[in-house]
Amino acid sequence: MFYRENGQFKTSYRADQQIFPIRQDRVAIALLLVVAFVVVPLTASSYLFSAILIPFVIMSLAALGVNILIGYCGQISLGSGAFMAVGAYGAYNIIMRVPGVPLVVALILGGVCAMLFGILFGLPSLRVKGLYLAVATLAAQFFADWMFLRIKWFTLDNASGSVAVPDLTLFGLSLESDVAKYLFCLVVLALVALAAKNLVRGAIGREWMAIRDMDVAAAVIGIRPMYAKLSAFAVSSFIIGLAGALWGFFYLGAWEPSAFSLDISLKLLFMVIIGGLGSIMGAFFGAAFIVVLPIALNQGLPRIAGLFGHQITTTAASHAELMIFGALIVWFLIVEPHGLAKLWSTGKQKLRLWPFPH
Amino acid sequence: MKRLNLALACAVVAAGGALTATGAWAQAQQYMPVLSYRTGPYAPNGVPIADGIVDYLKLVNERGGINGVKLLIEECETQYDTARSVECYERLKNKNGGATVVQPWSTGATFALTEKAPTDKISLVTLGYGRSESADGLIFKWNFPLAGNYWVGADAIVQAIGKREGGLDKLKGKKIALIYHDSPYGKEPIPLLQERAKMQGFDLQLLPVAAPGVEQKATWLQVRKDRPDYVILWGFGVMNSTALKEAQATGYPRDKMYGSWWAGAEPDTRDVGEAAKGYNAVALQNSADHNAKVAKEAVEKLYAKGKGTAASKDEVGDVLWLRGAMSSMVVVEGIRAAQERFGKGKVMNGDQVRWGLENLNLTQAKLDALGFGGVLRPLSTSCKDHMGSYWARIETWDGKQWKISSDWIQADEQILNPMIKSHAAKYAAEKKLTPRDAADCEK
Repeated sequence: MFYRENGQFKTSYRADQQIFPIRQDRVAIALLLVVAFVVVPLTASSYLFSAILIPFVIMSLAALGVNILIGYCGQISLGSGAFMAVGAYGAYNIIMRVPGVPLVVALILGGVCAMLFGILFGLPSLRVKGLYLAVATLAAQFFADWMFLRIKWFTLDNASGSVAVPDLTLFGLSLESDVAKYLFCLVVLALVALAAKNLVRGAIGREWMAIRDMDVAAAVIGIRPMYAKLSAFAVSSFIIGLAGALWGFFYLGAWEPSAFSLDISLKLLFMVIIGGLGSIMGAFFGAAFIVVLPIALNQGLPRIAGLFGHQITTTAASHAELMIFGALIVWFLIVEPHGLAKLWSTGKQKLRLWPFPH
Repeated sequence: MKRLNLALACAVVAAGGALTATGAWAQAQQYMPVLSYRTGPYAPNGVPIADGIVDYLKLVNERGGINGVKLLIEECETQYDTARSVECYERLKNKNGGATVVQPWSTGATFALTEKAPTDKISLVTLGYGRSESADGLIFKWNFPLAGNYWVGADAIVQAIGKREGGLDKLKGKKIALIYHDSPYGKEPIPLLQERAKMQGFDLQLLPVAAPGVEQKATWLQVRKDRPDYVILWGFGVMNSTALKEAQATGYPRDKMYGSWWAGAEPDTRDVGEAAKGYNAVALQNSADHNAKVAKEAVEKLYAKGKGTAASKDEVGDVLWLRGAMSSMVVVEGIRAAQERFGKGKVMNGDQVRWGLENLNLTQAKLDALGFGGVLRPLSTSCKDHMGSYWARIETWDGKQWKISSDWIQADEQILNPMIKSHAAKYAAEKKLTPRDAADCEK
C-alpha cells in the first residue's frame, strides 16, 4: 500500500538509472543516513561506539571489498585477512616513516599497498578457478602472516613484532573520541559504498559479473579476462586494505600479526555468503550477523535465562552462544541460500503487493 | 551450583544494569570486572587462572572486604580473542561506578587495552605478561607488570643454567636453543637472551614454532642435529605438551629444558606425566603450593561452604590458580594502599587505585598475614618502577606435580633496567609521549 511506485514516472534516462529509482527507497535511505550520521552520534553510549558500531562499520567495509571479488567477480578468496594486514601495516609504516604525512593519505596509501599485494596474488586467478583459486589465495594469507612476523623492517624493528599507532588527528583535530572515530569510519564507509555501487552498476561491474557467470562466454563477447579479474582483485583488495588500516588504527590501536589471521579471512567469507553474494546491501547484513549477533547473544542469554528465574554462568552462555550462532547460520543458509540480502528483497517484493497479493 | 553466587551477581547486574547502583548497592562496593577465557583453545590455562582470581576476590569479601568495602565481581568471557576482550572491557568499564583496574590475561588484549587505558583511567595489572618494557612507570603510567616480566624470567633461566654449569663464565661456547611460540609473546625474551649471549659468550639458536604449535617435527629435527646443551621453551597452551612429547621422541633430556612460566603449569605437563619428569620452568614467582595459607583458607572459607569457583577443590593451590589469586591479591592491596591515603572504607576511583598500585609496599609480614608467605617475595613499587621485583625461582616437574627446585634468583638489574628504559623510550617516541615528571607522580 505504502511501498508502491505507481505514478512515479521517469522522464529522463538519468532519472531511470539512479541507484534508488523508487521514491520510498530514497526516503528510507535518507532517513537511514540521518540516523547514522546525526541521531546515533547524539544518543549512543561509548560502549556502543567502541565495542559494536566501530567494528561493525569497519567490518562492513571489509565485507564490501570481499563481496566485489567473490560476489561480483566470482573469484573465491581466502586471503582477505592478508589484504587487511597489508593495509594496516602499510599505513602504519607510512605514518611512522614519513614525517608529517596526513592520516587520510597514510590510510589511502595503505589501501594502495594492499591493492598491489592483491594484484600480485590475483595473478594465479588467470590460470586456476574456483576451489583451486581459494587454495592459491590461502598462500597470500600464510605469506602475510610470515612476512609480518619475520621481516622486522615492517614492524620498525620492534623486537616483539607488535606495533602501536600514534594519536590520530585530522586537519589538526583530534580523532581520539569514540564519536569522532565512528564518524570518520562511517564517512569512509559511505563514500566507498557509493563508489562500489556505481562501479558494479557500470561497465566494469558488468564485466566482472560476466566473468563470474561464464568466463568463456565473456571472453567470446570481447571481455578481457585478465583485465576484468585483476581489476576486481585490485578494487577489492584496496577496499579490504583500507578496512584493515581502519581496524588497526581506529579499533585496536596496537596489534600483533595474529590480529589478521586466517580466522578473520574466514569470518569475512562467511559474512558475504550469509549476507548475500553479489549484493552491496549483503555486506552490511553479513557484517551485522557476524559481528553483532554473537555479542547480542552473549549479553542476551543471561538476561533471558534471568526472566525464567535461571542463572547461567559465563561459560554456559559462551557455549550456548556458539551453538545458537552455528544453528542460525545453518538455518539461514537452508531457508535462503542467496543470503540475507535476498530475504530482504523478497520482503520488499511482498510489501509492494501488500495488502492485495494476486 | 558452585558458581551460583557469581552467576547471581552477574544476572542481577545484567538485569538491573547500572541503575540498580542506588538502593541496596549504595553500600560502598568496589567494582571488579574479570576478563576470563573459560572457553576456546586456551581454556585449559584460562579456567584455573579465572578460578584463582575470582576465588581470591570472594575470599576478600569473606574476610570483610577492603576496610569494609566489599568487592562486586563480574566475569566476562573473552574466548582469548582480542576483539572480544576489547568488547568485554568496553562493556564493563562504566558499569557500577566504573572499573578501576583490569587484568587482561592475554598479550593481544594487553596491547590493545594499553592504548585505551590512559583515556579511561583504568590500570592494567599484567602479572608476568604483556609488554616487558611497561615496567617503566614514567612512560607506561597505567601498566603494571607486577612481580616480574618476561625478561626477568629469561634472565633467571640463564642464571640457573649458569649455576648448574658452575658459574656464568662456564657458559662460554655452550649452545642454547630457544624454541618459541611465533608471536609477540614468544619473541619477548629474545632481546634479553641476545644480550646475555653477547655477555656470556654462549651461542643462541632461535627456533620459532608457528602458532598454535602442534607441528614441531622440523624444529626437533634441528635439535637432534645440533644437540644444543640446553633448550629454553617459550610456549603456550598445546605447544608445551607437544614439545615435551617431541623431546621424548627425540631423546632430548627433559632436565635440560627450561620453560617460561606459561610453560610451567599443570595443564602443560599433566598429559605428558612421567615423560616430562625433570623438566624445569621458571616460576615467576609462585609455583604450585597446596599448603599455602591462602589456599587452605580458600578451601575452608569457600569450598567447604560450596562457594568455591573451581569445579573441584583439588585445583586450589595449582600453579595457575595461585597465579590468579596472587594477581588479585596485588590488585586488592593496591586498592588498600590507595584507601590508606585517600580515605579508608571509601570506593576508590581510577587515579587513586593507580596511585595505590604505584606505592605498594608488601612486606614479608603483610604477605604472611595475607596467606602468601612463601608464595612470593616482598614487593614494592614506585612511580618509576611498576614491576616491583626482579626475583624468580626455578620449578621442576617430578612426574606428578611441580616443585620448587632452586633458591631465589635475582635477575640482573644492570642488564634489565637499560633495556626497559630504551624499549620504553622507543615506544614513547613512536607515540609522541612525554615521560611523567615528579609532580605527576604525586597525583
